[in-house]
Amino acid sequence: MAEALRTADRELVETTRSFAFTTKLESIVAWGRKNSLWPMPYGTACCGIEMMSVMGPRYDLARFGAEVVRFSPRQADLMIVAGTITEKMAPVILRIYQQMLEPKYVLSMGACASSGGFYRAYHVLQGVDKVIPVDVYVPGCPPTPEAVLDGVMGIQKMIQDGAKRPWKTSWQPGVWR
Amino acid sequence: MSTDTLASLQMDLRGKFPGVNFDYNYAFGNNVIHIPKEYVVALLKHFKDTGRFDFLMQVAGADYPERAKRFDVVYELFSSRTSERVRVKTQVAEGDTVPTVIHVWKGADWFEREIYDMFGVQFDGHPNMRRLLVHQQFVGWPLRKDYPADQQQHCTEPLPIFFDNDPSYVPDPNKDLVPLNIGPSHPATHGTLRVMVQLDGERVHRANVELGYLHRCFEKMAETHPYNQVIPYTDRLNYCSAPMNNVGYCKAVEKLLGVEIPPKAQAIRVILCELSRIIDHIVCVAANAVDLGALTGFFHLFTYREKVYTLFEKLCGARLTVSLTRVGGMANNPPEGWYKDVLAFVQEMKVGVDELDLLLTGNKIWIERTRGVGKISAADAIEWGYTGPCLRATGVGLDLRKAQPYYMYDQLDFDIPVGTSGDVFDRYLVRVAEMRQSLKIIEQVAKNIPEGDYTIRDKNIVLPDKKDVYGNIEGLMNHFMLVIKGLRPPVGEIYDATEAANGELGFYLVSDNSAKPYRLKVRPPCFAIYQSFSKQITGGLLADVIAVLGSMNLIAGELDR
Repeated sequence: MAEALRTADRELVETTRSFAFTTKLESIVAWGRKNSLWPMPYGTACCGIEMMSVMGPRYDLARFGAEVVRFSPRQADLMIVAGTITEKMAPVILRIYQQMLEPKYVLSMGACASSGGFYRAYHVLQGVDKVIPVDVYVPGCPPTPEAVLDGVMGIQKMIQDGAKRPWKTSWQPGVWR
Repeated sequence: MSTDTLASLQMDLRGKFPGVNFDYNYAFGNNVIHIPKEYVVALLKHFKDTGRFDFLMQVAGADYPERAKRFDVVYELFSSRTSERVRVKTQVAEGDTVPTVIHVWKGADWFEREIYDMFGVQFDGHPNMRRLLVHQQFVGWPLRKDYPADQQQHCTEPLPIFFDNDPSYVPDPNKDLVPLNIGPSHPATHGTLRVMVQLDGERVHRANVELGYLHRCFEKMAETHPYNQVIPYTDRLNYCSAPMNNVGYCKAVEKLLGVEIPPKAQAIRVILCELSRIIDHIVCVAANAVDLGALTGFFHLFTYREKVYTLFEKLCGARLTVSLTRVGGMANNPPEGWYKDVLAFVQEMKVGVDELDLLLTGNKIWIERTRGVGKISAADAIEWGYTGPCLRATGVGLDLRKAQPYYMYDQLDFDIPVGTSGDVFDRYLVRVAEMRQSLKIIEQVAKNIPEGDYTIRDKNIVLPDKKDVYGNIEGLMNHFMLVIKGLRPPVGEIYDATEAANGELGFYLVSDNSAKPYRLKVRPPCFAIYQSFSKQITGGLLADVIAVLGSMNLIAGELDR
């Protein structure tokens, strides 16, 4: 009886070799995650229009598994901050970021979101990273769609490698609550 | 538009206000009347009642700290019948108030609130004198000359939902109302608009809007940058059609300088404007349809938008925010074959517009969702300060390209499409028809590009060619002088408007002969239109709110500036 079971076991292993492979659980989860990012497009300004191009027919973010745009933060895991964040918007974006479930990532698209850009002005937040932790900064005013795709691929790599994100773990929201 | 206008106004006002002497002057092609603030309401009411001027285009403020009465309040009037304009100015001291003209023109509402927000000038009798653009925790008046441009103040709490915009509202205790907040981060609000409604079942009982979530201080930035460096900021006003803002701004500066750009530069500007008009309408129609559930149009139309981006890219390397013009003309010549590319695009786009027509115009769902929604009469639209496709959808054929032709528009063959009912469906139809007219214009211009230079060659306005800068001492010196001294228009002020994709885009520019604008106020077309939004959606279905919002083509960049 025991002998027969062992044989069956061996046969099963032999058969599965033809269509399966072994991996670590976290690797396969990361592989799934990186290829099914659901972006929350936080488009506020000009970069938002360029992000439409990223989603649009020519550049097509769907090729990277990220076409399911979710405006509900609870269903998204990648926030794309596309456009200027003003002082008035800062508490709003924080609230929305907090509503996203872990694991979550933030891509800051363009000069304004990254640093305030050329708006060194009384009502413009000098970079969204004052309020929420940012994983990838994409320069440009606005960045080309290629640059945004590169940024998304950067996030994918981060997920695949399980990279440490000290800027996120040590993040404090400052004066914003 | 001449001194005759001013003379006839003078005659008219002498009769109406005997014994009072206003100060009349004519400068840079503009008629200006200076009046004491006590006469503001009476005079504007007189102009409106006699039908002399039917549009209040904007109310602007300006700050002159060294003066006893430090603030200017400036009313810009326009007559659609005669295309005449007049600017009425009054002075106010700090702490003093100005009577509101909201009862004369409803459209004064937000313009007055903006002046309060930016300068701290109170308007007497305004029913809702609250801050408009900056956040609720902001202290101080940012556009006053003594407020530092880069002094930020953090806003730590989001603004809760509120409805106290209409003091005449009487609550009905029998109604069980549900408050609903839409935006500022909501797919249908296109970025940063915030709409707050109180629902009685499916119907909107009360509505309010909050703006300023994209207030990035354009006007303050313009005051702190040299004239040519303001051009990139204008790109980011209506970023769906950036070249039109470049053209509008440069045209105002050129008019103040008293220069006329060469025919070739005019032709290139016309092509760029019409290309922009097409891609602006693409975004508006596509987004409006997406909001109502029709995703195909967006994907299909964006193919064509990308083609226009490619044309822009060939001119300057940028796709969206192009900064294509310079004061005095264009930045450079288009590359070889560019006009041919433009004409090829026109042929493709003709098919594109036909396909859009097939996709939506006869589509039953689209018709049901848009026809009769957001209706507005021509008289109401004028009252609010509507311009552009939204005004023309009501049947008023006002288009500055015909009414006040600039560049070569008076020599071109094109029509002004108008609607009848002013509803969302008509706005859509007008936009589609305008796309066809724009193609017609581009075809005419691109086939007959005038010979000559792409810019004027005044050494006090335009930088010399690089080959001269590096090749001879005179070129080097001219470059050096212009960079150090800057471009300096004469002392004076001007209001100049162009027909942008969304309506009248006006620039009120004050120069003190320094290298930076003393004051630059933009009259964004969608700002005036959006004022009427709360009134327009009240009583309608919640689902229609989204349709109306999309049809107004609100671009936060120019709305909040």
